[in-house]
Amino acid sequence: MAATGAALYLFVTIHLLGNLQVFLGPEAINSYAAKLKSVPEIVWGARLGLLATVGLHILTTIQLMRINAKARPTAYTKKANSASTVASRTMYLSGPTIAAFIVYHLLHLTVGSAHPQYSETDVYSNIVFGFRVWWVSAAYLIAMGLLCTHLRHGVQSMFQSLGFNHPLQTPRIKKFANAVGILYFTGFASMPLAALTGFLPPFFERL
Amino acid sequence: MKLDSRIPSGPIEQAWDQSRFDMKLVNPANKRKFNVIVVGSGLAGGSAAASLGELGYNVKCFCFQDSPRRAHSIAAQGGINAAKNYQNDGDSIYRLFYDTVKGGDFRAREYNVYRLAQNSVNIIDQCVSQGVPFAREYGGALANRSFGGAQVSRTFYARGQTGQQLLLGAYQALEAQVAAGSVAMYTRTEMLDLVVIDGKARGIVTRNLVTGQIESHAADAVILATGGYGNVFYLSTNAKGSNCTAIWRAHKRGAAFANPCFTQIHPTCIPVSGDYQSKLTLMSESLRNDGRIWVPKQLGDKRAPGQIPEGERDYYLERRYPSFGNLVPRDVASRASKAVCDEGRGVGETGLGVYLDFADSINRLGRNAIEERYGNLFEMYNRITGEDPYTSPMRIYPAIHYTMGGLWVDYQLMSTIPGMFVLGEANFSDHGANRLGASALMQGLSDGYFVIPATLGNYLASNKLDKVDTSAPEFAATTAEVHESVRKLLSIKGKRTVSSYHRELGKIIWDYCGMARNAEGLTTAINRVQALRHEFWNNVNVPGSGEDLNQQLEIAGRVADFLELGELMCRDALNRNESCGGHFREEYQTEEGEAMRDDENFQYAAAWEYTGQDTEPLLHKEALEFKYVHPAQRSYK
Amino acid sequence: MNLTLHVWRQANAAAPGRMVRYDARDVSEDMSFLEMLDVVNEKLIGEGKEPIAFEHDCREGICGSCGFMINGAAHGPQKGTTICQLHMRYFKDGEELYLEPWRATAFPVLKDLVVDRGAFDRIIAAGGFVSVRTGSAPDGNAIPVPKEAADTAMDAAACIGCGACVAACPNAAAALFTGAKISHLGMLPQGQAERSRRALRMVEQLTLEQFGSCTNIGECEAACPKQIPIEMIARMNRDHLKAAWQFRGAGKSGGGE
Repeated sequence: MAATGAALYLFVTIHLLGNLQVFLGPEAINSYAAKLKSVPEIVWGARLGLLATVGLHILTTIQLMRINAKARPTAYTKKANSASTVASRTMYLSGPTIAAFIVYHLLHLTVGSAHPQYSETDVYSNIVFGFRVWWVSAAYLIAMGLLCTHLRHGVQSMFQSLGFNHPLQTPRIKKFANAVGILYFTGFASMPLAALTGFLPPFFERL
Repeated sequence: MKLDSRIPSGPIEQAWDQSRFDMKLVNPANKRKFNVIVVGSGLAGGSAAASLGELGYNVKCFCFQDSPRRAHSIAAQGGINAAKNYQNDGDSIYRLFYDTVKGGDFRAREYNVYRLAQNSVNIIDQCVSQGVPFAREYGGALANRSFGGAQVSRTFYARGQTGQQLLLGAYQALEAQVAAGSVAMYTRTEMLDLVVIDGKARGIVTRNLVTGQIESHAADAVILATGGYGNVFYLSTNAKGSNCTAIWRAHKRGAAFANPCFTQIHPTCIPVSGDYQSKLTLMSESLRNDGRIWVPKQLGDKRAPGQIPEGERDYYLERRYPSFGNLVPRDVASRASKAVCDEGRGVGETGLGVYLDFADSINRLGRNAIEERYGNLFEMYNRITGEDPYTSPMRIYPAIHYTMGGLWVDYQLMSTIPGMFVLGEANFSDHGANRLGASALMQGLSDGYFVIPATLGNYLASNKLDKVDTSAPEFAATTAEVHESVRKLLSIKGKRTVSSYHRELGKIIWDYCGMARNAEGLTTAINRVQALRHEFWNNVNVPGSGEDLNQQLEIAGRVADFLELGELMCRDALNRNESCGGHFREEYQTEEGEAMRDDENFQYAAAWEYTGQDTEPLLHKEALEFKYVHPAQRSYK
Repeated sequence: MNLTLHVWRQANAAAPGRMVRYDARDVSEDMSFLEMLDVVNEKLIGEGKEPIAFEHDCREGICGSCGFMINGAAHGPQKGTTICQLHMRYFKDGEELYLEPWRATAFPVLKDLVVDRGAFDRIIAAGGFVSVRTGSAPDGNAIPVPKEAADTAMDAAACIGCGACVAACPNAAAALFTGAKISHLGMLPQGQAERSRRALRMVEQLTLEQFGSCTNIGECEAACPKQIPIEMIARMNRDHLKAAWQFRGAGKSGGGE
């Protein structure tokens, strides 16, 4: 779980950096997309790899959930949570929600079937017009919020699972995980927000 | 009954080696043919079961707790003595031997004590190898601290949890043997009787505390390592479950009980706060290094301690014992506290307490230094009392802590019933009339790791033991008796709870057979205990059934035994017309109120033989010889 | 003060249980929590009812016998304190308290608040020891142990095996208990020879006992009366990963005897 989590974390980082190019203007992001698509081996290799990683991540989670459900079949009448973070306790909720979001996200911006005016080549416009629908943006914002809390626990948990815990470094890792969570959220949220507020103009307006 | 102590002759330094050479051995291949029962899983029982299992014996180990790791050895705080002389401060095996004999007020067996001092060094090695995290110096060497009754620094420790760490070492060794299949562990199983066949111990009868099942176990030898009987006082520093049932029932089957009146009272415990009090908590003896003990000079002075000016305080230990001051031995400190409280100068709501004041030390050394030394103890005190010892003095009072008496054993730790061995606090031990701090852990492990593996083999190899299993008629008879006593306890359905009897018994023993005793009080106590026992068997209320987990039934059986043992303690105290160690008879004291020993008439171990419920026990004397350490009066002035 | 208690009552392992309401009257604030229950029990016995079964022994916070949930917190609300050392002055008059046993498949309830923690013994038996024949040990000072290592080992060894970590963990995992033992012995030179085998076997035993899996949530360290940090779990994970690599292909437990 830690290994697949780490791989997915890496993907999220690359994905964020790639997408942020939207702020550099339509040419930048569209040519980036075109470049990617011109090498189908890489695109499809990455897609299959991601699919497998997500699959494994989910599979190991289901295994874990089954073990853990068996380990405590009777719930407490009352249970206090004194130390754990909301992020850590809601991994089982944030995870599936994110999975559902990914399906929508793919249909929306990759396949285009859930997009009102999808274009194969104009990624920039896809983003801008896609996010101009307020409830689409809202859904993205919620999903990104969940993704970032998921990552927040995920990062520190990953270090712990791989056996790294250090009196000096672990608090730093936690701070780092929090900071990265907030940073990623800001990054991802900036796109729908920019589209909604008109900061990101449609392609033709820029002409 | 004849007491044959089997003490070796010859020079004491070679006695243990020589006896081990003289002992018969069991062939390695034959060991697994012998079944051995170990009752108790503390330092003595746990280490014995682990070592015997490792040797190849077929061991069954029993404990009443849910895990062998819970045994009360776990609560020992201070440390364990060993004559390593790592400090280069003049320690030696002979000095540890000398200190222990003297500390025991010349009522211990010299040869046993010498062997104990010899084994002490091996114990440390053994425990270090097991991974016991003893305190270390920066160079990586083992650290030591000083303890009462010695002028050298020979106490090894693991923070304030030495007992816990040593027990976990033994427990882990025991579990390793469980995994290897050489030891079968029976948890939540209480021994309720001993089975004697042809005069030899051949098994035990137990009750499964979860299912209530009464079961029999046959063996070639039975080892009892079930701890002390301090809970006869109800309030003690012992665990709630600590009991005398195993040794008492073995006593009733023919094992002599030695020196039952030798009990140790620890001076620094948190005082009783109300009737609901269930146990007493020890505050480490080390606190007396920096705390000053005092009470108001004036009778019934109810002012807050901070309001009492210096001139109106009585630092009675410093006054009475100027050279040792607050660091006098446990028995002396305890009696002095009792004396001032008896005068009516005790502090706290009950008037049974004295102040242990750190104000001077905090002024002199600063709060940080005190916090570093005693932080965790101060925290514990605060948690229990809600008071802050940094700003107001602690209140302390003596409490029962350890029992030096126990089943009589010979040099090979065998009781007067052949085939039954007794280890650790359960035997009448190597501590005489008073035990030095950090010596209990040493004795338990010495008995379990090093003595019994040799002496048990000798017994098994030198006796022709017929094959016995639980179908023998003696098992059926003993089991029937156990069933009957359980049935009887459950059938009385009287008016009073078990605890109310235990409390009342504890009060009687504490008042008359506690820190100070006299003939008149002891006679009163004997009569009152007899009456209480009679009432118990007619009016106790034990709810529930015998067929499941029934904690009231468990304690009822234990209290029934305490009600008998309590009487024997008083009889022993009444018989011993002298004051020595923890036994202080008010009639036998010097003009200054110090203990007066009578070596001419009482230099013996008193071993009592059980003769029946309502008949007086029979006294046998084992004369003690002191060839190496010559008896002298202890003085701490 | 007066309190209302809701206590889990269950006659035996096979019987169903339920919460039952009791009143605790005239509770002194100087009582420990268990002394309060003693008084409730004395009253129940007087009324001809079955007293509440709960485990306890030393009552000074070291034996690890006691422990149940008070309002969903293992050993109650006070940090670093076992129930036997928890005093009533930390509660308010009129409070309602819910007392429940540790809940885990690996810790079946035996009666009321008493559970069977035998699984912990079996985890230790799986490898939580240093194999050393009695009498064969070298001198205690033969192998120096750095003070820092001894101190960390002692931090880990302070575990009292009470089971609060399992009870508090949303997954009923025993990672803190097991991690503490693996860390204790793994920190010391004496524990090195069996270090890998120990990690493999103890972790394997965790699964066999049906404990849950650690998801690094941290409730265990908050509930631990000895305040053992989850750093110990990371050490276990590290040792286990290393050992799994070292013994790859050698069978699950690192080979036979």
